[in-house]
Amino acid sequence: MSAVLAAEGLTGSVGSIGYGLAAIGPGVGVGLIFGNGVQAMARQPEMTNVIRTNMFIGFALTEALALLGFVVPFVFGK
Amino acid sequence: MSAAHVLADGCHLMGSNNCGFPAPGAEIFVFDPLFTIGPFEVTKPALLAAICAVLIIVFFWAAFGKSKLVPGRVQGLGELGYLFVRDQIARPMIGVKGDKFVPYFMTMFFFIWSMNMMAFVPFVQFPVTSRIFFPAMFATVAWAVYMYLTFRKNGFVGGLKNLAVPSGLPFWVYFILTPIEFLSNIFIRPFTLTIRLFANMFAGHMLVAVFSVAAWYLVSPSLIGMASASLSFVMAVVMTAFELLIQFLQAYIFTMLVASYISQALEEAH
Repeated sequence: MSAVLAAEGLTGSVGSIGYGLAAIGPGVGVGLIFGNGVQAMARQPEMTNVIRTNMFIGFALTEALALLGFVVPFVFGK
Repeated sequence: MSAAHVLADGCHLMGSNNCGFPAPGAEIFVFDPLFTIGPFEVTKPALLAAICAVLIIVFFWAAFGKSKLVPGRVQGLGELGYLFVRDQIARPMIGVKGDKFVPYFMTMFFFIWSMNMMAFVPFVQFPVTSRIFFPAMFATVAWAVYMYLTFRKNGFVGGLKNLAVPSGLPFWVYFILTPIEFLSNIFIRPFTLTIRLFANMFAGHMLVAVFSVAAWYLVSPSLIGMASASLSFVMAVVMTAFELLIQFLQAYIFTMLVASYISQALEEAH
């Protein structure tokens, strides 16, 4: 892979491109979670605590994918 | 050649030695041992972790060692921490029967938080949890507690059912869902717990390092050089402040997820 890219004149780690791709899905997901969370809080301010707790759980589960994408280039990136 | 080494040689943009940007890599997380105790080589992260443990023990000993009905200053602070963990983590996730897990959550939350906070202490500035061993140990303990509670509460067959068979779905869904749930609950959960904390701290430290190195690299005796260097330095400060939020949030999320796993283990079978 890297030999092919080097022949085309591209150098550096392919992992950086991989991370860019891996961040798309979680980016959309985190946006949806916080967007809908804020909307829910605005509609029902008295439920704010419950919504916030669940919002952070959803955020943590989605974000894990982006972070995996961040770590993988360091592990397999040479 | 490491980033620090290059910087010591006076590596600047448009400098005399024409050097490129010395981007910090994973090597900034590797330390030589400071000293050895018997067969153990003590590095900076290990020393910091020990200091954090001592700090927490001393603080909570001072707070609750001789607790009074009318709390003093230290005890008031300790109770603030206790109430936060109980009312924001244990009760919303598990309910009143979660109160007996609060000591575990307290230890975990404050230990992780203080180890993360080491990234903010001047001249120390290294998040201990960015070495994967520390999150991995926390996740291992959490996994052991989760498994123990699941099988103690439900028995062996009931425990497996709790882990792999969510109730109230049409039967054909179980052919797909049971293997996924089984894998996710038993194998993937401790792994994601580890990675989430580790990668957040790793990325945050790297971000601050990149801006700090860039600030030094961009310095040159011209207006635009000084302006871009100052901008990069300001970004390093802003990112450090942003990391403060992340450090707290990650400790909170880690503890909250463990609490949610425990609440799932304690769920009544349907």
